[in-house]
Amino acid sequence: MSTSTHSGSNRIHGAGRLTPAKTVRFTFDGQNLTGLEGDTLASALLANGIHLVGRSFKYHRPRGILSAGSEEPNALVDIERDKSRRQPNVRATVQEIYDGLKVKSQNRWPSLTFDVGALGDVFSPMLPAGFYYKTFMWPKFAWKSIYEPRIRAAAGLGVTPGEPDTDRYSNRFAHCDVLIVGAGAAGLAAALSAASTGASVIICDEQPEAGGALRYESAVTIDGQPGYEWAASAITKLRALDNVTVLTRTTAFGYYAQNFVGLVERISDHLSSPALDMPRERLWQVRAKKVVLATGAIERHLVFANNDRPGVMLASAARLFLNQHGVAVGRKVGVYTSNDSAYAAAIDLKNAGIDVPVIVDTRDNPTSAIVDAARSLDIEVLTGHAVFSAGGKRRVSSMSIQPTRGGSERKVAVDALIMSGGWTPSVHLFSQSRGKVTWDAANERFLPGTYAQDCVSVGACNGTDGLQATLDEGLAAGEGRTSPIVATNGTEWTGGMIGSAPGAGADTSVKAFVDFQNDVTAKDVRLAVREGMHSIEHVKRFTTNGMATDQGKTSNLHGLAIAAEALDRPIPAVGLTTFRAPFTPVTFGAIVNHARHDLFDPTRETPMHDWHAAQGAAFEDVGQWKRAWYYPQAGEDMHSAVNRECVAVRNQAGIFDASTLGKIEVVGPDAAKFLELLYTNPWEKLGVGRCRYGIMLREDGFIYDDGVVGRLAEDRFHVTTTTGGAPRVMHHMEDYLQTEFPHLNVWLTSTTEQWAVIAVQGPKAREIIAPLVEGIDMSNEAMPHMSVREGKICGVPTRLFRMSFTGESGYEINVPADYGRAVWEAVYGRGKPLGLTPYGTEAMHVLRAEKGYIIVGQDTDGTVTPHDAGLTWAIGKNKTDYVGIRGLLRRDLVANGRKQLVGLKTVDPTIVLEEGAQIVANPNQPVPMTMIGHVTSSYWSENCGRSIALALVIDGTKRLGETLYVPMPNGVIEVEVTGMVFFDEKGERLNG
Amino acid sequence: MLLIKCPYCEEERPELEFRNAGEAHLVRANPITEQSDEDFAAFLYFRQNPKGLQFERWRHIHGCGRFFNAVRDSVSDKFLTVYKAGEPRPDMQPQLSPAPAELPVTKRSPRTKKVEV
Amino acid sequence: MRKYSVFALAREALRAHKGWDQQWSSPEPRPEYDVIIVGAGGHGLATAYYLAKEHGITNVAVLEKGWLGGGNTGRNTTIIRSNYLYDESAGIYEHAVKLWEGLSQDLNYNVMYSARGVMMLAHNIHDVQVFKRHIHANRLNGIDNEWLTPEQVKEFCPPINLSASARYPIIGAALQRRGGTARHDAVAWGYARAAADRGVHIIQNCEVTGIRRAPNGAVVGVDTNRGPINARKVGVVAAGHTSVIMNMAGVRMPLESYPLQALVSEPVKPLIPCVIMSNTVHAYISQSDKGEMVIGAGTDQYTSYSQTGGLHIINHTLDAICEMFPVLTRLKMLRSWGGIVDVTPDRSPILAKTPVSGLYVNCGWGTGGFKATPGSGNVFAHTIARDEPHRINAPFTIERFTSGRLIDEAAAAAVAH
Repeated sequence: MSTSTHSGSNRIHGAGRLTPAKTVRFTFDGQNLTGLEGDTLASALLANGIHLVGRSFKYHRPRGILSAGSEEPNALVDIERDKSRRQPNVRATVQEIYDGLKVKSQNRWPSLTFDVGALGDVFSPMLPAGFYYKTFMWPKFAWKSIYEPRIRAAAGLGVTPGEPDTDRYSNRFAHCDVLIVGAGAAGLAAALSAASTGASVIICDEQPEAGGALRYESAVTIDGQPGYEWAASAITKLRALDNVTVLTRTTAFGYYAQNFVGLVERISDHLSSPALDMPRERLWQVRAKKVVLATGAIERHLVFANNDRPGVMLASAARLFLNQHGVAVGRKVGVYTSNDSAYAAAIDLKNAGIDVPVIVDTRDNPTSAIVDAARSLDIEVLTGHAVFSAGGKRRVSSMSIQPTRGGSERKVAVDALIMSGGWTPSVHLFSQSRGKVTWDAANERFLPGTYAQDCVSVGACNGTDGLQATLDEGLAAGEGRTSPIVATNGTEWTGGMIGSAPGAGADTSVKAFVDFQNDVTAKDVRLAVREGMHSIEHVKRFTTNGMATDQGKTSNLHGLAIAAEALDRPIPAVGLTTFRAPFTPVTFGAIVNHARHDLFDPTRETPMHDWHAAQGAAFEDVGQWKRAWYYPQAGEDMHSAVNRECVAVRNQAGIFDASTLGKIEVVGPDAAKFLELLYTNPWEKLGVGRCRYGIMLREDGFIYDDGVVGRLAEDRFHVTTTTGGAPRVMHHMEDYLQTEFPHLNVWLTSTTEQWAVIAVQGPKAREIIAPLVEGIDMSNEAMPHMSVREGKICGVPTRLFRMSFTGESGYEINVPADYGRAVWEAVYGRGKPLGLTPYGTEAMHVLRAEKGYIIVGQDTDGTVTPHDAGLTWAIGKNKTDYVGIRGLLRRDLVANGRKQLVGLKTVDPTIVLEEGAQIVANPNQPVPMTMIGHVTSSYWSENCGRSIALALVIDGTKRLGETLYVPMPNGVIEVEVTGMVFFDEKGERLNG
Repeated sequence: MLLIKCPYCEEERPELEFRNAGEAHLVRANPITEQSDEDFAAFLYFRQNPKGLQFERWRHIHGCGRFFNAVRDSVSDKFLTVYKAGEPRPDMQPQLSPAPAELPVTKRSPRTKKVEV
Repeated sequence: MRKYSVFALAREALRAHKGWDQQWSSPEPRPEYDVIIVGAGGHGLATAYYLAKEHGITNVAVLEKGWLGGGNTGRNTTIIRSNYLYDESAGIYEHAVKLWEGLSQDLNYNVMYSARGVMMLAHNIHDVQVFKRHIHANRLNGIDNEWLTPEQVKEFCPPINLSASARYPIIGAALQRRGGTARHDAVAWGYARAAADRGVHIIQNCEVTGIRRAPNGAVVGVDTNRGPINARKVGVVAAGHTSVIMNMAGVRMPLESYPLQALVSEPVKPLIPCVIMSNTVHAYISQSDKGEMVIGAGTDQYTSYSQTGGLHIINHTLDAICEMFPVLTRLKMLRSWGGIVDVTPDRSPILAKTPVSGLYVNCGWGTGGFKATPGSGNVFAHTIARDEPHRINAPFTIERFTSGRLIDEAAAAAVAH
């Protein structure tokens, strides 16, 4: 036996497929180590003789490497590229090593070998499954202040990175005829077959290279080639085809409705210095006409005492480490099995020069040829025996063997113990597809039963034993190529053991682990059953079996079998826990991918946005829009800027960007009729060139939206909506037009983005814009308040509305969006010398509140009728139908005691009420108080020289003049109920 | 994400293009003002919410913009058929006997008005 | 019933925990009960417990078609709070919070009620107005809820992203300190154990297939897959399946059932100390005692009984979570699942008598029923025992959908549960 110490003392010369010259340096807990290119972290650590890799969740037991794949429950580590790219909970069996890889162990303090948390193991008799439900209840306060903080600190595995991630993630949608999950023998055969039909094929595999079990099945040949080489050449062939996409390092994690499958491709985690523009992972969202599941099977461990000691691992893992990575998992390797497959591992190890002192087989009379093959290599085979426990602590040092039916114990010194409890078909994705599994009693396994989607399972995941049958099944699933693929020396692994092995049976209290990571033992499962947990879902939740980061890939079936035994019921009667996405954990970043920061949600900006920004405007978010909020000048705070803007509008004029208002063009011979049905107001008699304020209700009678509607022609209306309401109003209108009133001949077009809207409001408004306007007589007589004209402004077409949301004489200039900025600047340029002042949404809110104009969504909240809002005048009295007319007639909507919108004046005019503050009639009542209303809008009004507010108050309109009270934390504020108009009550300024 | 066939576009498109619009074949009374409180409440709020065949409305909002109806099995989320707004409620009785999951997608029914129940 | 305590635990540790009783038994159904509760979720089990404890009615069966606590009780993100706007809502949720505060001791079962605070983030001025309205209303109702400045938000939850350049910056929050979480399974199990101890039969794998009525229309029992069972009073507490059960009695409900998804991350050491909710960006997150980030997603847009939803819903939720907590992008989704939530038009529940004599219904909790579990069970037990609603649940009738007297938390608040 000769070894290479360069890349680890357990590297076997001549074994494996890695190149000894291609070394890779990495660190583990600060220790400098060398591995080979192609190593996983697990194989590289084992090559260096390191088995102790982590600590378990609850008892902090020392843990090693159980598996060589994504099912790994124990070997979880922390990997750090830099501060912003640190990754907790990485499975060492999945992570490929690269030069400079920095690895730290987790869940231990102060060190991996000496971990204070391991005291939990000492106290473990006090900590059985679900112990926390039975204690920590006294004294009452202590749960929050003492117990819970300590439990929280002790739980958890890795540590979240301290800085935001600087890695990128990307996303692709893909469609294909056939998606094949798994590139082992079955998947490759299916892919070759499907590809031959010309179908578009995607084949993915979670490993860096194809082959699956062929990577360690040393004796197999396919079409005359060694199995591994056949897989390599098959994948090369597939890669060369235009109709095939090969995705390695890609996990199919979720199977959703209608053959929608989520994949995650890991792109740069295995690279030493990935290019800066390279994404770390890519999410593939694949819609496939047909899905072929070739997901293989996962080897189970055996449940016996101290089966969690580092160095105790799955036989297939040991075989992969040897045949792929050239690593021996020990120098003296014991074998414990309940089926044939571990014999192959023993034989491979023995042939590589490793001492294999004994194979312990629970079966009494195994008859396979492979048993004789092992014996012929001078390996002692003990049939009808079991390993009752493993010795050692931070690494296994011995195995205690007894006949399964009892007898004298024998202890064999080992430095590794490999085991096989048989193989569990990976039906995870099948089950996620809502397919129903069936119980294969002969082989004690769940297999795909009834399919719910266009999907087929092939190979080991379908319970198909034997390589030739697997290849045949793959070919058939691909529905193409008919010439066979011929395998020789194929193995056939069936049988095994589920549940607790001898020595860990019902009358023992040893720690025989079912779920390693969550420290669930066979006795925990039995305790759960004893306590009345008779559903497997209860057992799972009570013990946490199968709920760790490996999601029970090795433990679920054992847990189920132990529960079934304890219940004395057949396994299918106990049930199977649901397989839930994802198959293996998926990085949030991969799911989020581009949707970060500015791309989290679209930002909508008006054509004049940059002008506002250049003026130093502060912006507020309104839905997706950015709206200019106020324009602070040097030295101004928000309050003084808003006061200045408000005063300027009333004394000279203000200019306001109203482009965000929703706009809908309603056109057609029945346009007026349609609006009659959609709004409370009458429209038929509205003259061409006139506008009207409209109220839209839902069918339930509550206010849904409002806005000014202008009639441009007999058959054409320009409808405006609130900023936030535009899309839903359009949807609402389309719904009624298409499905309730399809007899009406009307077209609806959203024009929100087509028009820029410049409001110019104030006594000088006309003086400012008239010289820029062509073809419109803007005199009071020709164009009174609430009218609309078409013409030109600054040489571009405009729809000029004379309307006001300030109470001043004013205009809203609609111009095609592309001209918005230019017209805005022209108007501003002309108006500035006359005192024209830009004002933002805050001043707009104050100005409209001074006039008692409501804002839907602020002064109304979805429970307010037009009557409540003082808008009864806006309901057409002679109308027999409109949306909401019936809802408005409901008992509670016409009852007394409804909240009505009124004005409020604080008795002390300097006090500005808080919006949302509650109103009471008697401030001296005890809590809970009877509240009769709340403040909906409240501002300091510089124009009124006092604070003003609007409020919804029970029977408010009957309370005008009454004094009410607003109890605040620091005192009660007295208010007087008033009308809603605080400024220019007669409305004379509108016509100025 | 569901895959939905729009009966106007005659194409299967991803759910993101569609907006569900609730139970289908609800009749807005005419004249609605004469409807009783109970009948109006039933129209407005009370729903069949069936476990099984759900007759529902969809809008191809990010496509052709049209409203249409669909029959979906609310247990498997599979669509059994889609039909245009205004067409009558299809008779699904013949398809109720086999397990819903195995039902083929049926052809559209002939066109009529939606308000028929 | 063997009392749970640290001393009992120590005694059992000495004999390999062989002395623990079954937490609940699995009896064969009797031919007749005084009251049948349909649905052994948290609300149903709590109803049975309070029927026995407060009304002396112990001849009660809770029928469950699957396993107890396996519906929304075992699938939700366990948020508890009572800072609702309307007096009616505040009344019932606050009643629940008061019961939560002593529930572990009352049940002798540690339900791990953890008053770690629920913080609801405000991202725009509308949010601020809405939250302040809640805060003031809550204060005058005697319910804690306070306004936090962005700096206080950061202090209360350090990993949150307070950057003004975020797409939707955080401009404040409403915090209910008594809000928090509890261990969902323990709630179901604790109520089941305590109810069973008082004689209640919990019958699992027993699916109700019909409601039996007398010629005068009154309820006389139910049909099940295990045969008919008689009772003069039947309380339906079937969450997403309420429409299905009520349909058996010919009662149509103002309900629709939607898929609601949730997910957890891999467990990590403590990072997020409280519950965070954001309605504007649609996300809810807390960290379980085990260390998993527990994240609630939104509902799918269509009604469904499938208990699954689309990946795009989870995608949207994680977008929002990672906006609020950019340090989380490298965490991994460990497990995702779906539930079926029954939603009323006004997003408030129904706990009421029905048009059918002897038939009572407790439903419509939508996405937020877990928090109400003790309060809901408590007043529903009262309603069944006395055949009239408790003062607290009197407003939550079916009739309100006819009269228009809605309790519209959603419309009024734009705040999800």
